[in-house]
Amino acid sequence: MAKVSMTVNGKAASGDVEGRTLLSSFLREQLGLTGTHVGCDTSQCGACVVHVDGKAVKACTMLAQEAEGAEVATIEGQANADGSLNTIQQAFQDHHGLQCGFCTPGMVMSAAALLKDNPKPTEAEIRDYLEGNLCRCTGYHNIVKAIMAASGQDVSSIAAE
Amino acid sequence: MYEFEFEKPSTVAEAVAALADEDAQALGGGQTLIPTLKQRLAMPSKLVSLSGIPQLKELSDNGGMLTIGGAVTHAEVAAAAADSYPALAELASHIGDPAVRNRGTIGGSLANNDPAACYPAAALGSGATIVTNAREITADDYFRGLFETALEDGEIITAVRFPVPEKANYQKFLQPASRFALVGVFAAKYAAGVRVAVTGASEEGVFRWHEAEAALDANFAPDALDGLSVDAGGMIGDLHGTKEYRAHLVGVMAKRAVAAAG
Repeated sequence: MAKVSMTVNGKAASGDVEGRTLLSSFLREQLGLTGTHVGCDTSQCGACVVHVDGKAVKACTMLAQEAEGAEVATIEGQANADGSLNTIQQAFQDHHGLQCGFCTPGMVMSAAALLKDNPKPTEAEIRDYLEGNLCRCTGYHNIVKAIMAASGQDVSSIAAE
Repeated sequence: MYEFEFEKPSTVAEAVAALADEDAQALGGGQTLIPTLKQRLAMPSKLVSLSGIPQLKELSDNGGMLTIGGAVTHAEVAAAAADSYPALAELASHIGDPAVRNRGTIGGSLANNDPAACYPAAALGSGATIVTNAREITADDYFRGLFETALEDGEIITAVRFPVPEKANYQKFLQPASRFALVGVFAAKYAAGVRVAVTGASEEGVFRWHEAEAALDANFAPDALDGLSVDAGGMIGDLHGTKEYRAHLVGVMAKRAVAAAG
């Protein structure tokens, strides 16, 4: 076992982990942050996407010790300080960007990473960026629409009204 | 995953020392290795992370020679090479998905040498040099078949040097499920000649299509490839595509790459 320390959603976090402990396991099982979902556990589905030092990564495909000293952001830290939904989360609600909700944490974290680099993405850019995030409910249209809306763009022309 | 020790050295020398242990293995971005470990297809005693070694994160553009540290991620290459070697940046920007590109590294990809990976095509198609802690290996000598390379046990890719071509392009035909290349062709025109490297297609891994190179040397245009074909015999045949289909795609993707290179 080795001690690992990082900053998670702005707070110091540490714990003892094995070499093989995944970042997703550390977040969920040791920190109790179960908003980071493990869907496929094979780096396909993206439900486990978190930010490590500002970059979207699949937490199920990174060892916890690789995040030593890093700034980690998870879905639990996304809401506004008063607990209300942030712009992206609110857009997902407004545009019905989720049904079962399982993929949503990863979708929101990927969307946040995209909008940070590209504040006004086109529909094609959003679809391309979500290549590593699978949703088995919505068929993506409303997710894409929510991300467009969160970026402040007109969504009236997007499919699936 | 089976249990293993984890080490994260901060110099190449420390990493080489750590890798001297029996069954120790280097960890790049882990985007292939961690899924492999989860399936218990490998049982290293120790993983030696290469992500904490500043030397392996260096990138430099030295008048027509782009040098990329072994631990540079695909996303970093996509951003850093956009002006100096756009075809390489474009290739890097379409590996896996954004989260994978933020972790996966060029050294990891080349050390793994997946027969359907993109970077082997870029390295071979550019006549790149693979620089390790011990020596320099030309791309022509480096790739040795499926998942096989010239690397010795414990040898680390410290950098990859790409001579920047006059023009180049990479075209991949996606395997729709894995999003790896069903066939990918990298074509590059240098003053010394044209290089065409093919990934995804052959049972021997990435290869140069010499006949196409000769034709393109004479005339760098898609029609120069009319009537040329690779032998279907050595191609991969599986449920995603027959040998003949892959052989056909090699010609199609090569023409597209030449056309796009301009």
